[in-house]
Amino acid sequence: MSFKIKKNIPLIDQHDKNFMYGGKFGGNFIPETLKKPIDDLTKLFAKLRKDKKFLRERDQYFTSYVGTPTPFIKLENLSDSLGGAQIYAKVVSEANGGAHKIYNATVHCLIAKKAGKKYVVGDTGAGYAGKMLSMAAKKFGLKCKIFMGAKDIKRQRPNVVAIRKNGAEIVPVTTGSQTLVDAVSECMRYWVSNCDTTHMCVGSTVGPNIFIKICAWSTAQISRELIKQVKEEFGKVPKNLKLINCVGGGSSAAGFWNEFMDTDAEFIGVEAGGPKNSRLHAAPLTNGSKIGILHGAAQYVIQDKEGQIGSTESISAGLDYPGISPLHCFLKDTKRAKYTSASDEDALKAYQLVSKLENISPSLEPSHAFAEAIRIAPKLRSSEIIIVNSCGDSLKDKDIIKQRLGSYTR
Amino acid sequence: MKSKIRLTFDKCKKAKRPALITYTVAGDNTKNNSLKILNKISKHADILELGFPHNTPIADGGQIQGSSHRALKNGIKLKDVFQIVKKFKKNNPNKPVILMGYFNLIYQNGENNFLKSCKLSGVDGLIIVDLPYPENKIFANKCKKKSINFIQLLSPTTSKERMKKIVKDSHDMIYYISMLSTTGGKLKVSPKKILKNYNIIKRVNPKKNLVIGFGITDKTISSLKSANGLVVGSMLCKTITNSLKMRQNPVTNLVKVVYSLKRKII
Ligand SMILES: Cc1ncc(COP(=O)(O)O)c(C=O)c1O
Repeated sequence: MSFKIKKNIPLIDQHDKNFMYGGKFGGNFIPETLKKPIDDLTKLFAKLRKDKKFLRERDQYFTSYVGTPTPFIKLENLSDSLGGAQIYAKVVSEANGGAHKIYNATVHCLIAKKAGKKYVVGDTGAGYAGKMLSMAAKKFGLKCKIFMGAKDIKRQRPNVVAIRKNGAEIVPVTTGSQTLVDAVSECMRYWVSNCDTTHMCVGSTVGPNIFIKICAWSTAQISRELIKQVKEEFGKVPKNLKLINCVGGGSSAAGFWNEFMDTDAEFIGVEAGGPKNSRLHAAPLTNGSKIGILHGAAQYVIQDKEGQIGSTESISAGLDYPGISPLHCFLKDTKRAKYTSASDEDALKAYQLVSKLENISPSLEPSHAFAEAIRIAPKLRSSEIIIVNSCGDSLKDKDIIKQRLGSYTR
Repeated sequence: MKSKIRLTFDKCKKAKRPALITYTVAGDNTKNNSLKILNKISKHADILELGFPHNTPIADGGQIQGSSHRALKNGIKLKDVFQIVKKFKKNNPNKPVILMGYFNLIYQNGENNFLKSCKLSGVDGLIIVDLPYPENKIFANKCKKKSINFIQLLSPTTSKERMKKIVKDSHDMIYYISMLSTTGGKLKVSPKKILKNYNIIKRVNPKKNLVIGFGITDKTISSLKSANGLVVGSMLCKTITNSLKMRQNPVTNLVKVVYSLKRKII
């Protein structure tokens, strides 16, 4: 069977009755205990997204709290120095908190309030999802717990400090690789035990279907803004437009692309290639991983023949995840998006170049996307347009960058 | 023909006691020891659940995660799990063995392939933690066709309406999760409350064999003995962990624990 992306239907809704996209990605592979809470949340969200009052509330918070729109800028120096395509950036890192994770966090807290929950829990890798959830929780008067791998707690200190400042508890996860994959598992386990009182936020477009939906629905704000900005700049959505985004779980890419789904814009997703010559890449779409089940959903996932989930390594904690959103698996299979990977070294170089030439300084995650832009721009004509989602700021990676490059400049 | 699981429940009912169901992880702490454990505890246990370990379990607490980790570190593979069952069944053909685990391992192995291996080694039933109703319908039917019990799970969050459908679609055994918890949590609900829910399910179809699991230890088991069956898992995994810590033989320690559990429910 071959599947196609349907026009005029939100991507998140293009699943069958089992919540599978393209008949094979997603679903709800969950323990019985979570069936009801997930069902309840699914119904509540279906109602809220049609509720004009709720939409107004969301928009108000996006405007006054998150800050809309985030800037859309031309990277003149970078474009000139590379020669070739015109490179632009959507500076999502200007959103409150410094990354796109604020959209999902804000919406989850709004939903938690509607559900009458007093507690929220969430996972985090780079620490942004945790930071944003703790911020939003504080704003909405919810008690917050963040699950974070012990390795990530060490390497993403600035965000850890921010989470604690917001009054949230960080639960260090010391199982497995002590990174995002383990944090998500532990958070889900916690929710199994506390789903009667607690709302769970999954930090990306992964997990059981409803979490994918809520997350992509929230980050779609990025492209709602962008498509307007693009039309203002070019008069229309130009031909020869490439939208480049890093993908870890895939939430920023899903949000960056959503409103362009039915246009001619080309989508390029960049996965974490890990250290050069290492096989511990976090790039299931690029490297031909097989479909498996991780965190309640079927997806391309790094695993061994038996089905044990494989370990990954990436300089960027936010991309260091063996799975990928079922939405992106679907976009790949339908050929609506293309995926590639950038190595740790490429990302570091891209961070360096962009920070040197421009007024922005992307974190290591979007630096993967910039690495791809930098790679292809010189080969393209000057009529071609590249937009990169600069969805995080390098400040959080100060320690890693200092260690790797000797110094940190922003 | 009645399944061995069903015959076991019939036998326990006649003796007016619940079936004692143990859970251990295949390959914990070694392949050999886990086979020895099955051989020895089968004297006291009525049904043996054997976990096939997964490294990303979303519903297991610390004890079972620890056991799974040990087993995987020792290199346990699905084919070893079936070997263990096969060897056990050779000497204990009538003792029901139920495999328990996560769906990805079956998915990678191939559903049909997996069921063929179950059949060849003598597996009597399956519990798949992350394949709930109704998503499990097709697979559960495949199991039924091969006379392998697909054991449905119910939890305190299961609605009455859903419960009725699941009970209707179930085979010879249904598993009631006692509380909102991963495996190995402390029993945070009173046995009275658990039995109340248990009885609600039983009333849907009194003929179905309903077992209770999660949070059951030597301290709580006797208060639940009116159930058709009781599952003890994390306490056994913990016994292995502690034995290894104290450099004692996990097999002998485990046999003692299972024996004392049995004493508390007869
Ligand atoms: C700045 C930034 N970009 C990207 C990601 C990757 O996540 P996703 O693919 O969901 O956008 C993260 C995750 O933590 C992040 O912090």
